[in-house]
Amino acid sequence: MATIFQRIGAATSLSYSIDTKTSRRSLSERKASFVVVRSDATKINTGLNRIGGRVDHLITNAVATKADTLAASTASKPGHEVLLFEALKEGLEEEMERDARVCVMGEDVGHYGGSYKVTKGLAPKFGDLRVLDTPIAENSFTGMGIGAAMTGLRPVIEGMNMGFLLLAFNQISNNCGMLHYTSGGQFKIPVVIRGPGGVGRQLGAEHSQRLESYFQSIPGIQMVACSTPYNAKGLMKAAIRSDNPVILFEHVLLYNLKETIPDEEYVLNLEEAEMVRPGQHVTILTYSRMRYHVMQAAKTLVNKGYDPEVIDIRSLKPFDLHTIGNSVKKTHRVLIVEECMRTGGIGASLTAAINENFQDYLDAPIVCLSSQDVPTPYAGTLEEWTVVQPPQIVAAVEQLCQ
Amino acid sequence: MAIWMRKALISTAVRSLRTAFASHRNPVFISRSFGSSQQLEPFSTDDDYDDHDHESLDFPGGPVSYSCEMRFLPGSSEKRVQCYRVLDDNGYPLSSTQFQHVNKEVAVKMYSGMVTLEAMDTVIYEAQRQGRISFYMTSYGEEAINLGSAAALSSHDIVLPQYREPGVMLWRGFELQDFVNQFFGNKNDIGKGRQMPTHYGSNKHNVITVSAPLATQLPQAVGAAYSLKMDKKDACVVTYFGDGCSSEGDFHASLNFAAVMEVPIVYICRNNGWAISTPVTEQFRSDGIVVKGQAYGIPSIRVDGNDALAVYNAVAAAREMAITEQRPVLIEALTYRVGHHSTSDDSTKYRPVDEIEHWKTSRNPVSVFRKWVQRRGWWSDEQESEFRANIRKQVIHAVQVAEKTEKAPIGYMFSDVYEKLPSNLMEQEKLLRETIKRYPQDFPKDVALGI
Repeated sequence: MATIFQRIGAATSLSYSIDTKTSRRSLSERKASFVVVRSDATKINTGLNRIGGRVDHLITNAVATKADTLAASTASKPGHEVLLFEALKEGLEEEMERDARVCVMGEDVGHYGGSYKVTKGLAPKFGDLRVLDTPIAENSFTGMGIGAAMTGLRPVIEGMNMGFLLLAFNQISNNCGMLHYTSGGQFKIPVVIRGPGGVGRQLGAEHSQRLESYFQSIPGIQMVACSTPYNAKGLMKAAIRSDNPVILFEHVLLYNLKETIPDEEYVLNLEEAEMVRPGQHVTILTYSRMRYHVMQAAKTLVNKGYDPEVIDIRSLKPFDLHTIGNSVKKTHRVLIVEECMRTGGIGASLTAAINENFQDYLDAPIVCLSSQDVPTPYAGTLEEWTVVQPPQIVAAVEQLCQ
Repeated sequence: MAIWMRKALISTAVRSLRTAFASHRNPVFISRSFGSSQQLEPFSTDDDYDDHDHESLDFPGGPVSYSCEMRFLPGSSEKRVQCYRVLDDNGYPLSSTQFQHVNKEVAVKMYSGMVTLEAMDTVIYEAQRQGRISFYMTSYGEEAINLGSAAALSSHDIVLPQYREPGVMLWRGFELQDFVNQFFGNKNDIGKGRQMPTHYGSNKHNVITVSAPLATQLPQAVGAAYSLKMDKKDACVVTYFGDGCSSEGDFHASLNFAAVMEVPIVYICRNNGWAISTPVTEQFRSDGIVVKGQAYGIPSIRVDGNDALAVYNAVAAAREMAITEQRPVLIEALTYRVGHHSTSDDSTKYRPVDEIEHWKTSRNPVSVFRKWVQRRGWWSDEQESEFRANIRKQVIHAVQVAEKTEKAPIGYMFSDVYEKLPSNLMEQEKLLRETIKRYPQDFPKDVALGI
């Protein structure tokens, strides 16, 4: 069954259920830019002709070059439908059942179930000690997680909003990333630091931070960004199992995405990018929420006769230069679409990395669409203009492919 | 435990005051106002005996009785919190102090550890001055805190040091050669040449590697204690920090967390009067750190940090409390930083030389303890000179060996950043090796290219 794009009216990103009927009614509403993707068991499909208004096949769970059995599994079994925050919870719960050392700590994660309900139901199930409500001191509970990790536990540290983790920067950069190295390999820090970030719906500048740009330099940590329920669960599990400290970036507006995910267990690779839509004309690299803006733009582009290849890079540190490189070698044109600021964002680093490694394969300079170097304004219209929108993406591709 | 300690602190003058008032007042009033409540005094009020005492009001956090008098709790009390002491300046046990004796083995190990620490500090400081290592931090004046606390712990207790506690590692069996290798950052360094001198750590000895930014170890200590609590181990976490460190945000949050989470942790504050050039009068306005514990609901005690037996006793008791009651305990050990903050500091620039001399000589923790140990017949002057000469030779030898050992190899630059070497680091390492191969004259000869 083909995937359906549905537009949802402006609402908070906290729990509300998505119903086919309601959403179809709201198709006419223009205000929202929050897209819900529903996909049933999809197959890896290349080169589907979309002229004439048919909707895309959104390949949410294919992995490009490597013959991966994981993608195939979605095609074979029916699976179950979840929202993204539930997928995260499933991943977390499965890992907590599997390994008694896994524990969660953060503000309001216990009986409240977490501000975005990712830890709902875990405290009654696993007890207060394994799902720990901490007082409000981000640097300190991050430090606590690091101390617990060095003495044998595997904590999952939740920042209520990624922006608050700026308070934890000292512990994350000086200790989390470093102590394995500075101790001569004696102490390892298998923590997962996760939380929602990105530009939300009028949350103001302090709650709309893109921490991936600040953290990307820290040696010793890994960073991944999830964007679909499928990869959210897979990445959560992979992050917990990794012995390195991993920062898992979630997005405030993506928690209610609905998707059917496999019933059987699966773990994704932390360092792999995801091929969302294979194509020939241009490589569009993106991650997290911008993936959906890109796919929206892709729809328009296809109608105009372009064939964009869309890759969700997923792994922000390190970059999956293998997948990205293969794509660049095929299309020779790169467009990066990100939510970070222009200066010092993921796009900036990715541009440098591609230029360094694949200079010869580029037919045109890399174009990077990012947010402006401004704090995110509260006013809705202003906020919308700081985030890259589909028409900008379409225009950029048209320019790039001239 | 608390009761016998309180009794020990009541002086004769106070005792006579008690008897004077006995006939006129409620005995409860006396024990509250004099002697035994010294440690709690800033926060005790007369409300219990007030005629205007009213029943409790219900509020989040518990019932609170109200008062018709508007009374502000004083910011500080007139009298400072007393410190627990066992030996006087001449090494004689104070008559009314109750304490646990240590046996000969422990006492000799403690004392020789203190001398070893002193000797290591002397030789290595000289080595730094001669340009043989880049940096060092001495622990002069804090030997009693180092060894007194270490002796009271079990080897299972996890230690998170700040940086002025090498004595704890020494006690646990970390070799002199291992220390010196760390200072030189050579290929035998357990830390693989990655950290500054005195930023040691040893998994084997349950001492977590020192991290330079202040107070980062405090919340981590809570995490480690939390992991002990989850595993229900018969051990606690002990973490050290200085007076300056108590100003960091992490200190406050850590104490708060530890109290809320009810974890077995002993906080030992080395209040040595100085944070580089900042004296405690400019660091905080409270009566030291001991009063801060109470603010977080943590039982706290102040001890004479230059008295090895007092430190030993307090830590032993605190450890017991922490483990059996699964709660944090705070110990403030008052002492003096005799040395400079580090080799990058010249403390004569901000404090008088005679002040330093005074603490170095008449308040020296090593000499005080020596007197006590010798009087018990467990040490002698001959042993002293022999031991000192011997240990100095050992440290110098360790330095000579460490100096000749090759520096940490190139491979150590890239390994352990992650669990496994990732491709980008492999590439960077390859590039570096190629560069070195091409321009060998521009790179140091004593770095191994292996590994």
